[in-house]
This record gives sequence, C-alpha cells and structure tokens, in this order.
Amino acid sequence: MQPTPPIPTDDEIDAILMPHKGREGPLLPMLHGLQAEYGHIPAPAISRIAHIMNMTRAEVHGVVSFYHDFREKPAGRHVVKICCAEACQSVGGDVMVEETLAKLGLDWHATTPNGALTVEPVYCLGLCACGPAAMVDGKVVGRLDAPRLERILTEAGA
Amino acid sequence: MKIYVPMDSAAKALGADDVADAIRREAEARGLDVTLIRNGSRGMIWLEPLVEIDRGDGREAFGPVSVEDVPALFDGRMDCLGAVEDIPFFARQTRLTFARCGVIDPLDLADYEAHGGLAGLRRAIAMTAPEIVAEVTDSGLRGRGGAGFPTGIKWKTVMEADAPQKYIVCNADEGDSGTFADRMIMEGDPFTLIEGMTIAGLGVGATRGYVYLRSEYPDAITVMNEAIRIARAKGVLGGDILGSGRAFDMQVRVGAGAYVCGEETSLLNSLEGKRGVVRAKPPLPALEGFLGRPTVVNNVISLATVPVVLEKGAQHYADFGTGRSRGTVTLQIAGNVARGGLFETAFGITLDEVVNDLAGGTRTGRPVKAVQVGGPLGAYIPVANFDAPLGYEELDAKGGLLGHAGLTVFDDSADMLHMARFAMEFCAVESCGKCTPCRIGSVRGVETIDRIARGDADAIPLLTDLCETMTDGSLCALGGFTPLPVMSALTHFPDDFATQKEAAE
Ligand SMILES: Cc1cc2nc3c(=O)[nH]c(=O)nc-3n(C[C@H](O)[C@H](O)[C@H](O)COP(=O)(O)O)c2cc1C
Ligand code: FES
Repeated sequence: MQPTPPIPTDDEIDAILMPHKGREGPLLPMLHGLQAEYGHIPAPAISRIAHIMNMTRAEVHGVVSFYHDFREKPAGRHVVKICCAEACQSVGGDVMVEETLAKLGLDWHATTPNGALTVEPVYCLGLCACGPAAMVDGKVVGRLDAPRLERILTEAGA
Repeated sequence: MKIYVPMDSAAKALGADDVADAIRREAEARGLDVTLIRNGSRGMIWLEPLVEIDRGDGREAFGPVSVEDVPALFDGRMDCLGAVEDIPFFARQTRLTFARCGVIDPLDLADYEAHGGLAGLRRAIAMTAPEIVAEVTDSGLRGRGGAGFPTGIKWKTVMEADAPQKYIVCNADEGDSGTFADRMIMEGDPFTLIEGMTIAGLGVGATRGYVYLRSEYPDAITVMNEAIRIARAKGVLGGDILGSGRAFDMQVRVGAGAYVCGEETSLLNSLEGKRGVVRAKPPLPALEGFLGRPTVVNNVISLATVPVVLEKGAQHYADFGTGRSRGTVTLQIAGNVARGGLFETAFGITLDEVVNDLAGGTRTGRPVKAVQVGGPLGAYIPVANFDAPLGYEELDAKGGLLGHAGLTVFDDSADMLHMARFAMEFCAVESCGKCTPCRIGSVRGVETIDRIARGDADAIPLLTDLCETMTDGSLCALGGFTPLPVMSALTHFPDDFATQKEAAE
C-alpha cells in the first residue's frame, strides 16, 4: 500500500508560495514549487493559493486541472515517462511499449500497488533522432528496445 | 589534452554521462592531464556519444563511443572519424545559427565571445532601435516556430507601440514530434538565445524577457538557468548591458505539459498563470500580449538567429535561401532514418536529398513510405513529392507545411490510417477546449476513422467533411491543421484506408 503523505500545514504551504507572490504571473511557479516539494498539489494548497492570489478555489482548480503535469495525488516513487509521439512510433516504439507494459501488467497513468512506479505517456522528449525514447525520474534514455525497457521498469519496481 | 563529451540530452540518452565518467577515471588511472569539456552536440545523433580529442593539433572525432571503448580510445585503437568539419553530413551544412553549437563549452562566456559571440549585441548597442529592427527586416528572417511571419515586421509593431512596459517572450515549448533544434541550441549555445533576446529588447524597447520552456526538457532548463545567471553576473544582462547604460533582464518559466501552450496566445495565458486556452486575435500579442502589454513572441531559433544577423549583417544572411525563404533552415531529421540529427542549410534543399542522401534512407533498411514535415500538424508527404524544395511557399504549394522544420521519416511498414487516427487523437487530448470544431471534431474524427477501419466506406466522405469543418472553424492551428496529416494520409495512401469490404472484392 502507498503510505498516505502527511497533510502539510498552511505555514508550510505558504513558505513555498510566498517567494513567488511578487512575480509577474506567479501561479505556475507556485504550482511547480508545491509539486517539487510534495510530489503533487496537496488539497489544502488550493485554498491557500485562492486566498493569497485573490482567486476562487474553482479558478485555482481550473488551472491545476488544465495541465498534464500537475497531480492531485502523489505518483509512485519512480516515474517513467515513455514517448508515444510520431517519431518514436516510426521506429516501432508504440508496439514495443504496449507489449512490454502488457507483459508486466502495467497500465498507463497507474501506480503499481506497491507504490513504486507510475508509467505515463509523454508526447516527445526532443530525442526524435534516437527513439524510442523515455525519461526515468528526469533522466533521458534513447534507442530503447523491449529488453531494456523491461529492465528499466523492473528495476523501478514493476 | 582536451576531450569533448557532449552534455546534450540526446548524447546523454545514448550514454554520454557514463562515457564522460569512464574517460575521467581512465585519464586518472593513466596519470594523464586531461581537460574534460562537456560541449553541446554537433548534431550527428547517430554518432552520439561523439567524443572529440584535441592533443594540441586540432580536434579528432570518435563515435559512437561506449564505456567499453574508452581504453581503446586512449590507446589510439579506436577508429577515428577525422575532423568533424570533414564528415560529409557536417561538411555539407551552412552553420549560421548553430555555428558554435557543439564547438564551445556552452557555459563559458569567454569561449562564446572568442567564437563571435556578443559581436551582434555590441553592434546593436551602437544602433538606434529603428536601425536594429530594419536590420532584422532586411535579413528576411521569418518566424521559425511554424507560421513563418516576418520577424522584423512583428518587432516594428511592438517598437511603435507606446507602453510603460514591453516584453520579449521566447517560445521554447517545442512540442512538435520530430523537432529538437530549440532544445539543442538551449543546451549547446544558450548565450546565443540570451544575446538574441537582449537585441530584441533593445530593438523594441523591452526590458524584460521570459523563456517559456517546456517541462519535458529538464536538461535545457538547467543549462538556460545557469547561462542566465552567468550572463547577469558578467553584465551581459541587467541594468547596464555591457556598460551601455541600457537595461534588459530575463528568466526561465517552466511549462506544465500542455502541447497547446506552444500556441502564442495560449502560452501568454499560461505565463500569466491561467489555463492555457487560446485567445481570439485581434488583439495581436504585439499590441496586447503578456499582462496586456506589447509583447514580442518569437521561437527560440528565430531569436537565436538574431545575433548572427547583427554580427554579419542583414545582407549576409539574406544571401542564403530561395524565394521568400531567406537564410538557413535548421532541419531536424528524425524518426526512422539511418543518419538522424540537426542539419542547418540554406532554404531550397529538396526532401529527396535530405532523406535519401543525407539521412541515408531508413534505419530499418526498408523503403521510405512517407515523411511527416512540420510536426503533428504537418502533412505526410509521399515519396512521389520528394522533389519539393524546403521553403515556406514551396512546401505550401505541395499541400505541406514547413512548421518548425522537423522531418519524421516512416518506412513502408507504417500504417497511415493508424497515423491519421493518432493525429485526431492527439488533437482531442491536447485541445484547449475553447472552440467546438477542435474539441468535438477531433473526437468525432477518431470515431470516424475507427468506422473506416471496421470496413464502413460511407465514413470516408464524412471524414473529409469533418476535416473541412475543422479547417474552417477552428480558433487556432491545432484544430485548423490537424486535418493536414489526416487528409494527406487519406489522399496519398488510399490503400491504407481501403475498407475490408473493398479489399475482399
Ligand atoms: C498548437 C500550436 C502549437 C505551437 N507550438 C509552438 C512551439 O512549440 N514553439 C513555437 O515557437 N511556436 C509554436 N507555435 C506557433 C506560435 O503560435 C507562434 O506562431 C510562434 O511562437 C511565433 O514565433 P515565430 O514568429 O518566431 O515563429 C504553435 C502554434 C500552434 C497553433
Ligand atoms: S517523438 Fe519521441 S522523442 Fe520526439
């Protein structure tokens, strides 16, 4: 089971938000700051942002939910993003990836029950001349094949 | 002895960090005095990690180098590729925007200056704003982000706008599959982007700049942030640029994984901290952009090309190219190719020369079926149209779109119905939701293509109609151009759409 993360206090949240308050267009930097600290946007942060930015909670939620990057609950300890875009498809990436995920019983966007791994699709990592490509906890990997992808996913806890 | 190992993410994705570590260890074990430089990529991705060794009489290239190769590399037992400049793929290029990329240490400002850096900015400082803008206009430089709008004309609008604050916003969202030129220049020669944005600031009277950089590029974010910090510390940015008494400063803003935020008005909303929905135009961002102020929004390559235009003069730049496409195009050769990478050349080269000659055909060795030019919103061009010269108008005449100049090659195993379906699906996932033709049309598009796949021939005219509605009715080019890959696939590869019933007859 995934441990439920402790709910941060308002003071802890404010400490992340306030340094950005005076910036032009502070909301994305605030959200990135929260996600870097907690791995997701904790629910109480929505109210804090609404308060600090003089927005409604619905407006803040609207922004958070618009962007693929921001999570409302934590991801696994490892996040593997696999490119699904055209250039990676052209070298067989799509078929290879689907087969490997099926073999390991993994689903897109899902976190493994042991909380170790989340697999996500990404549309292009700028590695289109050395695909199929992926990013493992922020580190780029190119020219993937099935055995290598399987090893990466297994090592990450699949 | 100097050894160069790229820190470009494509090189890293192929093991460059491990190779660099192995080189460090091997040098130490052998007691050799080695200066290890992490340069950008020379752009020949099939040779990465490409290591260069300078023993005092010029750089010699080796690649691809693996960790296991490192002892042989030191023993002189590894095959040498000669000087990078003599490798045909490189020798045939005209490198203006990418002149320093892979040559210098990306974060060494002195190295940057020694290779022509800051000359353009120094010249701009001595010019009036209208002179700077005229220089860019005369160079014929057009936006490299996709639409090909003349950069100088955009700048002139912003220059003439009267406002207490103006902005330079660099579009580094590079979401198109098959493109990586923005990433390469930001990782390999970040000061050229900083210099270009600073010149833009002087030209239009803007003192603040933002680089809206996609979150999928963590390495580029790190390099850009570090370069900005150095530029500020050395007085290239700040309140007194190069002692001129003029001000310009900039910062990186990280995107959050939305393809549509590459569209300039959606980008501006995102930068302001809103949902990245597209704004109706007018008003133009040039007049009412970031926070409602006059704003230049330009692609990374457009801005990174400005320094060489100022350094060498408008005419030098304009002398390259064809028709109304002046200067160089930074082609990104991607997908199923034997030799992929970045190829900078004068506009006008044909697809045939690029794909069959330079890129050496497919990686799989099978025949080429199609090339998607210009990313997810670009057409699939069949081999029969490979005589098309690469230029804005020239490609348009063939029903294509140059876009950000990414070329994604497919071999004959590609299923074009599947690619058309993917284009619709991508549009459905990435639509900002503001206009119906894009938001709903793309979902219907996926369903209609599925009907065709199930053997329903009646769905083909429906797909054509739907594409027309999306083209005519969408607010921006996401819904407006998704029909391009779909219809080009349908038109040029009807066999892939032949219904099962027909196939059975
Ligand atoms: C859906 C969509 C995505 C886009 N993505 C990008 C992008 O990633 N980078 C970019 O420079 N331009 C992108 N554009 C084009 C921009 O709207 C705009 O034309 C460009 O940033 C202007 O800069 P330029 O004149 O230097 O090309 C996109 C347009 C659309 C419709
Ligand atoms: S398409 Fe996969 S990295 Fe660009």
